Amino acid sequence: MRLSFKDWTKSGSPWIWLNAGAVAISVILVLGLIGIIAIRGLAHFWPADLQQSMATDMQGQKRMMLGEVVQKEQVTAEQLRGAGHQVDVEDDFLERQLFKVGNRDLYGFDFRWVLTRNLENVEYPEHAVAVERREWGNFYGYLLEIKEHGETIGTQPLGENLLWEEAKERIDRAVDIYWQIHALEKQDIGAINYELEQLRLEERRLELEGQDTPENLAQIEEERQHWDQEYQALLQQLSKLNEDFSRDSFVMRTTDGQQIEIGLDNIVRAFQPNSMNVLEKLGHYAAKVWEFVSEDPREANTEGGIFPAIFGTVLMVLIMSVIVTPFGVMAAVYLREYAKQGFLTRTIRIAVNNLAGVPSIVYGVFGLGFFVYFVGGTLDEVFYPEALPAPTFGTPGLMWASLTLALLTLPVVIVATEEGLSRIPRSVREGSLALGATKAETLWRVVLPMASPAMMTGVILAVARAAGEVAPLMLVGVVKLAPNLPLDGNAPFLHLDRQFMHLGFHIYDVGFQSPNVEAARPLVYATALMLVAVIAALNLTAIAIRNRLREKYRALDM
Amino acid sequence: MTTSEKQRTHGMNMDALDRDSGSSELKLSQETPCIVTRDMNLFYGETQALKNISMEIPKNRVTAFIGPSGCGKSTLLRSFNRMNDLIDGVRITGEVNIDDQNIYDRRVDVADLRRRVGMVFQKPNPFPKSIYENVAYGLRIQGINNRRILDEAVEWALKSAAIWEETKDRLHESALGMSGGQQQRLVIARTIAVKPEILLLDEPASALDPISTLKIEELIHDLKDRFSIVIVTHNMQQAARVSDYTAFMYLGEMVEYDNTDTLFTNPAKKQTEDYITGRYG
Repeated sequence: MRLSFKDWTKSGSPWIWLNAGAVAISVILVLGLIGIIAIRGLAHFWPADLQQSMATDMQGQKRMMLGEVVQKEQVTAEQLRGAGHQVDVEDDFLERQLFKVGNRDLYGFDFRWVLTRNLENVEYPEHAVAVERREWGNFYGYLLEIKEHGETIGTQPLGENLLWEEAKERIDRAVDIYWQIHALEKQDIGAINYELEQLRLEERRLELEGQDTPENLAQIEEERQHWDQEYQALLQQLSKLNEDFSRDSFVMRTTDGQQIEIGLDNIVRAFQPNSMNVLEKLGHYAAKVWEFVSEDPREANTEGGIFPAIFGTVLMVLIMSVIVTPFGVMAAVYLREYAKQGFLTRTIRIAVNNLAGVPSIVYGVFGLGFFVYFVGGTLDEVFYPEALPAPTFGTPGLMWASLTLALLTLPVVIVATEEGLSRIPRSVREGSLALGATKAETLWRVVLPMASPAMMTGVILAVARAAGEVAPLMLVGVVKLAPNLPLDGNAPFLHLDRQFMHLGFHIYDVGFQSPNVEAARPLVYATALMLVAVIAALNLTAIAIRNRLREKYRALDM
Repeated sequence: MTTSEKQRTHGMNMDALDRDSGSSELKLSQETPCIVTRDMNLFYGETQALKNISMEIPKNRVTAFIGPSGCGKSTLLRSFNRMNDLIDGVRITGEVNIDDQNIYDRRVDVADLRRRVGMVFQKPNPFPKSIYENVAYGLRIQGINNRRILDEAVEWALKSAAIWEETKDRLHESALGMSGGQQQRLVIARTIAVKPEILLLDEPASALDPISTLKIEELIHDLKDRFSIVIVTHNMQQAARVSDYTAFMYLGEMVEYDNTDTLFTNPAKKQTEDYITGRYG
């Protein structure tokens, strides 16, 4: 039985194939996108083996090299000749490898390209140590000596591993002290600084209001004395901790023979990847991932975590939702329920729909001009004159960013809510009105609850859009490194005037503004993955709420 | 005349029936009116939907409006509790008096009027709430939130609507899980829970199966002692079965209005006779 092309076309199969193909391509693209950022991002945290070899450079000089293989690629001989390599005529392609050799303080660079054929004596020395430092990036080499207060308490020859357990203990101790110092500085001293700043503002306020009587000033001075005393006490505690912190140091040797002393106050962690088994590596991996999501960034955002960015993104989206939902719903209710449907309403509706198409940077410019400079500046003059000329709200901050994005997403919420309101069956409204309910009561008790799933749909779309927005945020509140979270233990706890970090901007900053692009590249993928995960989590939460509401107010089958 | 007799009369040879039987004990002139309309006209924009309606609807009786589709019977019914206000471009002249008060007067509180004149619609329209909350809705609107009062009122309303037995064990389940017939009786319970004086039923059984229809009709029969009921129906047998008085409307005009027996057995107008014998409509 032969099926002619005509019959096949007539049967509709081509359409089905076409449609299914479109779906398949979309699915593959999405999975590919997530797959690529997931693989590239997540692989970054795996403790790679340290490869040691004798490498010959372009000038023919041989040098020992120790580091992680980051990338391998084929390059054309042409390109290499152009770069000054001696390449034989018969080779078309050569393999080259990118090594992360670390030791930026000694070499001046962390990464190095080497042709694979120029590597000799490749080995994976068991006791090679990778040290993550708070400054200067990673160090790769060997442990020779442990010092306490500058005096040697133990040495080991190259190739031995006698000191390793002792070294690990001392690192743990130092890291422990680090967190104590961190807590002291951030919380206790931070709180005192905050109080002192408040006192300064109080004094200035009294001065401006002409209330700076000697009694008032004396009272402020008294409080200031009190805080100063506490501050001094804390400072003493801090300096003692600092002393303890810098007690130990390691003498390390690089593979090409240079010796360096590394203070333990500069070490985040040290490990010997070549002697780790899979379980230990998994543990290390988990610790690194946890560090990534829970800690502050280090070294111009190229190391450490992205917690402030996650926190800022989520907080901003939540505040934005809290602002945009009531506004959008109220506007939609007026447009759909109360306004006389006519030319004006139609025009407004079209205008609202078109607002959704305005490029987001335009909103950013508006936010900066209107919210930050005008509204914020006015607020400062009226409520915070004591802080001037330093602005309080007259500068980009969390509140203005949330407001700007609320404005940006308002049309989405209005349109979705209107859609929902128009789908409520007339019969249900009439049922309520016929029982003696007024229009407002009907709205509150029947119509709005039934339209709530539609409102949630609007919020979901708004969240999805807002969480991914970067351009306007750069103008109205996002910074590459915020010293404080917008939420902390100092009253009023939520500081809407503070600047904050955002995952989207963090990706841009790390990827394109970083001094160390090679080191930052995996972090770009990891941060992108995190951004996708955060948006997905926010959306799933909203969808879960919507589904519950849908179940509750299931539309009548009429 | 019993219900079965009424059923038989319809469609039979009218001449065979005793035209002057006087069997109709009911006389409009002897009833106490509860709704009185005078020269009422209703316009949808330029179109006139009701023309010079003047009628008296008796208290504690069942009055049925019959007539072909589009004749204005639903519109007339909806003008008794001002549901037509919800439609843009409706204009009404003349008077509709309830308790000697023109309900189209400026001073009338529409919400209060609708509480006194309850309405049940063609399709069951329970709210997406529990059975209990559906019935309690009208009371809560009035600000009654006392649990005991609500419990009593809900039970009374559900019993009055003959649906208590089916619902007493599932009061707090969603009303949307009920069958269409149950939903319609629930809506009736919800309407009578606020104790209206008048009950307007707009084709209450037209979306239901025969058994549910029968139950609704029995319910109407039970309720007529306590409420004045006005029912719009397409179904002439139904009008004959449940109503005491019947009005036949055609093209916005009240053609004939008399007690049900007379109207069905001995109509005064040719148009009425043609309609009830199925010659047109």
